[in-house]
Amino acid sequence: MTSVLVKDLTLKFGALTVLDNLNIDIPEGEFLVLLGASGCGKSTLLNCIAGLLDVTDGEIHINDRNVTWEEPSGRGIGMVFQSYALYPQMTVEGNLSFGLKNARMPKGEIRKRVERAAEILQIEPLLHRKPAALSGGQRQRVAIGRALVRDVDVFLFDEPLSNLDAKLRADLRVEIKRLHHSLKNTMIYVTHDQVEAMTLADRIAIMKGGIIQQLDTPTQIYNRPRNKYVAGFIGSPEINFFEGNVEEGSFVTGDRRFPLAGYAFQEEAPNGPAWLGLRPEHVLSGDAAKGLPVTAKVQIDIVEPMGSDTLAWATLASVPVRIRMDGQAAVSTGDQILIGFDPARASLFDKSTERRI
Amino acid sequence: MTPRGPKPRPRFSRTNVMLYGTLIVVAAYYALPLYVMIVTSLKGMPEIRLGNIFAPPVEVTYQPWVKAWAEACTGINCEGLSRGFWNSVQILIPSVILSIAIASVNGYALANWKFKGSEVFFTILIVGAFIPYQVMLYPLVIILRELGLYGNIWGLVLVHTVFGMPILTLLFRNYFTSVPEELFKAARVDGAGFWGIYFRIMLPMSLPIFVVAIILQVTGIWNDFLFGVIYTKPADYPMTVQLNNIVNSVQGIKEYNVNMAATLLTGLVPLIIYFASGKLFVRGIAAGAVKG
Repeated sequence: MTSVLVKDLTLKFGALTVLDNLNIDIPEGEFLVLLGASGCGKSTLLNCIAGLLDVTDGEIHINDRNVTWEEPSGRGIGMVFQSYALYPQMTVEGNLSFGLKNARMPKGEIRKRVERAAEILQIEPLLHRKPAALSGGQRQRVAIGRALVRDVDVFLFDEPLSNLDAKLRADLRVEIKRLHHSLKNTMIYVTHDQVEAMTLADRIAIMKGGIIQQLDTPTQIYNRPRNKYVAGFIGSPEINFFEGNVEEGSFVTGDRRFPLAGYAFQEEAPNGPAWLGLRPEHVLSGDAAKGLPVTAKVQIDIVEPMGSDTLAWATLASVPVRIRMDGQAAVSTGDQILIGFDPARASLFDKSTERRI
Repeated sequence: MTPRGPKPRPRFSRTNVMLYGTLIVVAAYYALPLYVMIVTSLKGMPEIRLGNIFAPPVEVTYQPWVKAWAEACTGINCEGLSRGFWNSVQILIPSVILSIAIASVNGYALANWKFKGSEVFFTILIVGAFIPYQVMLYPLVIILRELGLYGNIWGLVLVHTVFGMPILTLLFRNYFTSVPEELFKAARVDGAGFWGIYFRIMLPMSLPIFVVAIILQVTGIWNDFLFGVIYTKPADYPMTVQLNNIVNSVQGIKEYNVNMAATLLTGLVPLIIYFASGKLFVRGIAAGAVKG
């Protein structure tokens, strides 16, 4: 069943088009992440779904009901904001019950719901405190609770973890995932953090310039990016790009020729200028590189040890290439090593359209 | 000596002497008139005639204060300033409440509920603040006459409310703009409407700006002379107008001590307000000024 349906959505601020004819169909219970750099329209899209912005054109349906003209409170959504947006003069309990009081719910029911939300989020001891007396993580929990008590079908998250420090962010990320597993609500989550997107999402929508570049599962997005922008945006360390030509089943760059046997072309293999994208972890080194379709002897320029793995830089076909190695790899600047990769795992993009080929 | 810990600073360095010297001179310059007023108001007329205006009173008398408050004459009326004081209070309270209530809602609407033409509306309102009062005096007389409010305390209340609107609206709009937008959005998701958000979310968190507005209005309206003398009848004259009439009366001898006491009495309300709320005032002004 469709939970949220965005149909031909366009939003303009004067002459500026922020969202351009967007269509998304979100099934019930899905965790959808809207991912993109700042200014790509992802938060704007969320605000449109929430009803906090009037749309220029198009429709929004929630639970098979057209809510395009509905007030935010009448749409059956709960929303969590980046700055928590807790009402500073109310206690945690007051914050949780504010929406329910506005809906004129009986007192007993309000208490029951607040208690339940507090229990799920483990904020019971904080109920009588003011937001100023809470830590960032606790505040965000209360903000989630405020959406939880409303007992809605759709949760909207607007960069909820961006104000937290790295460790708390990782903790709460897992908690949000757990919450989704137990509640099974539809969740739409806006972030610019690709780790959050990859770990939380059932599907990711990567946005740029008000247009969805690719809407797919994290695996598909990572392994088969539909265009060069998506390939470069997803993945850290960043993907390596080689500029060259596809010629008769090979990719030619500089003085090198990578055979493309085994590469799954979208259609018939075209000849012409193209980009080849190669993920740093798909470049193998040492013994593992032996026997791969492409091998080369390179010199290590820089080594960046990161603990869990080590990022090495080398030059291949006069392009600096990132190589992701094991964290324990004994490699240092100036070493001559053998690297290799299988072009079948790479991604090819047309030079002019930047689309996957 | 090895440098360690805070750097030692000489107490009587040249900068310090300059700084505190200047401050002391300026403070004395501003405090001196007040000092002269206070000592004069505590002297009897024979002592004043000696001409030592800076000398403290030899014989302290409170008679001038009593006379200024309860006995000084304006024309045939010898009730002192007390009547003017109560008139001013009657004008002040409704004017302050009304102007702040309207302006805060104005500011809130302009900051958070942008409508088509809201910026134009705001600009027009602000331009109003730059038009000299004198231009509007006579038209206002006619408007008040047509409304049946001319010469009435409520007419003056209306005038004060209208003239307070531009600056107060600006003050409140700037303050409410500085409130995070997400708070407003969260309240909308929670189903609060225009008034719900205003009373339950915005009001409780804007005490500082209300204090600033109250201070501005209380001192402004209390010190007003022009509107008071134009739009009310002698029986309703505010304290400032009455003070003028006492001090500038041409008949009889000039009682400097009574004049000083009367002036101090008139200035007492704004003075108390400033002393009681100086800190909040500064904080509110800063809060309102950060974002435009």
